[in-house]
Amino acid sequence: MIVAGCDVGSLTAEAVIMGDEEILSSEIIGVRPKPEQSAQDVMDKALEKAHLALENIDYCISTGYGRERIPFARDNISEISCHGKGAHWLIPSVKTVIDVGGQDCKVIRVDAAGKLQNFIMNDKCAAGTGRFLEVMAKTLEVRLDEIGPLSLLARNPVVITSVCSIYAQTEVAASIAQGADQHDLAAGITRAMAERVKSLVTRVGMEEDVVITGGVAKNTGVVKSLEGMLRVSTKRFTVDPQIVGALGAALFSKEKLLQK
Amino acid sequence: MIVAGCDVGSLSTKVVIMKDGEIISHHIVETGFKPDLAAKNAMDGALSKANLSIDEVGYCVSTGDGGKNVSFAGKYVSQLPCLSKGSYFFVPSVRTVVDVGGNASRAISVGKEGRVLGYRLNDKCAAGGGRFFDTLAEALEVKLDDLGPLSQQSKSPLEIASQCTVFAESEVISLLNDGKDIVDIIAGVNQSIASRIASLAMNVGVKEDVVMTGGVAKNIGVVKSLEGWLRVGIKTVPADPQIVGAVGASLLARKELQES
Repeated sequence: MIVAGCDVGSLTAEAVIMGDEEILSSEIIGVRPKPEQSAQDVMDKALEKAHLALENIDYCISTGYGRERIPFARDNISEISCHGKGAHWLIPSVKTVIDVGGQDCKVIRVDAAGKLQNFIMNDKCAAGTGRFLEVMAKTLEVRLDEIGPLSLLARNPVVITSVCSIYAQTEVAASIAQGADQHDLAAGITRAMAERVKSLVTRVGMEEDVVITGGVAKNTGVVKSLEGMLRVSTKRFTVDPQIVGALGAALFSKEKLLQK
Repeated sequence: MIVAGCDVGSLSTKVVIMKDGEIISHHIVETGFKPDLAAKNAMDGALSKANLSIDEVGYCVSTGDGGKNVSFAGKYVSQLPCLSKGSYFFVPSVRTVVDVGGNASRAISVGKEGRVLGYRLNDKCAAGGGRFFDTLAEALEVKLDDLGPLSQQSKSPLEIASQCTVFAESEVISLLNDGKDIVDIIAGVNQSIASRIASLAMNVGVKEDVVMTGGVAKNIGVVKSLEGWLRVGIKTVPADPQIVGAVGASLLARKELQES
């Protein structure tokens, strides 16, 4: 049995191909203008890695922002369920999944079986999502993936008082003009980001074990700040935290096949 | 008796000089990152237009976000009474002031002789303030001053679904890429901001006459759209709507001198 999951998000698309019990291959790409294009490209690459063709896939489920427009997917499931499912398969003790994506942030509570219990989502305001970090990286004139490492070298993190990404950008620009240290600014940014995520976690409630999925999980600065604020150490995955949604979709594909 | 008012806003700094209850000059400069310098430059500009020197100014009141450290001001007063007094000076029948500045929007309920009865403020989120326009005008590659007139050419305004300025920016770019008419997009942008200002105004209670102040009052599209939401006619002042706060500050400076 070979199944697949395809997660088309706002900034990246991921595909995971699974055999009976193991991940055969996974791939992450930056999105193309159209979700169907992104899905096709990322799936082609994942298939190539696994030396398979699309015909070999017995069932594929799509998820994410573009999930309803994926031609080769037989079904689609919300990314909230998929993240819960994927995280539970990787770390069975997980109860709280914090997914920080490019354009939204979700905190998902699952039960001992990995089933969705409750969730909270912010997709209205860029603060607390990957977009905040993107805007800030641009202002700091560094790459997105540099913010985390830079922040770890800070001595006196700059305090960013604005919640709004636009106002925070002005604050950071003013600090740069006043000669603030880049590391201190990066740390201020990761803290501000963690602060927003924390407020969502607090609202839905946290139970250990806690994991972080999505692209922002790779930002060590945000992860450390958030762990400090929540007084918890999050469990790390053995796979890229960005593929957890696609993995969940692949697991749902497997369930579908077994039900038949 | 010569007095002055200095309003150091987040984006622009305004100075008004009054002689015996009449405005004799005003000057507007960009605030930038050095509010004290902007205040000095705006004052110098207004003095030179009136052929005066700073020694001839009997008293100066400062106001605005950055107005607390203006060296030549005898006193700092918050924006609310300044806007309210300034609006009353121009329109004695005023009962509600809607002020949309660079980084904040306010709705003020005005009583006798321009007294502040109550207010609502949004300075937390860029959507609803002038910064929303700055960001979107840049994305649309349209001059800020052209947004109003261009929106009036639209026959079917588009709805902008995103509230967040950062997300709205992406939204208008994709609308442009989809080949949508730019005037319909601009009209949608104006309506979207007007709806948020309207909810602020309705929250404080709308009583006629309603006066709109601040830089955004120069945008005819927003004024008309706000009239539609509030179902009342909106009065504009017979001067630059940006200087109303500074006018109020100079009126308060006059009062200080008279009472001393």
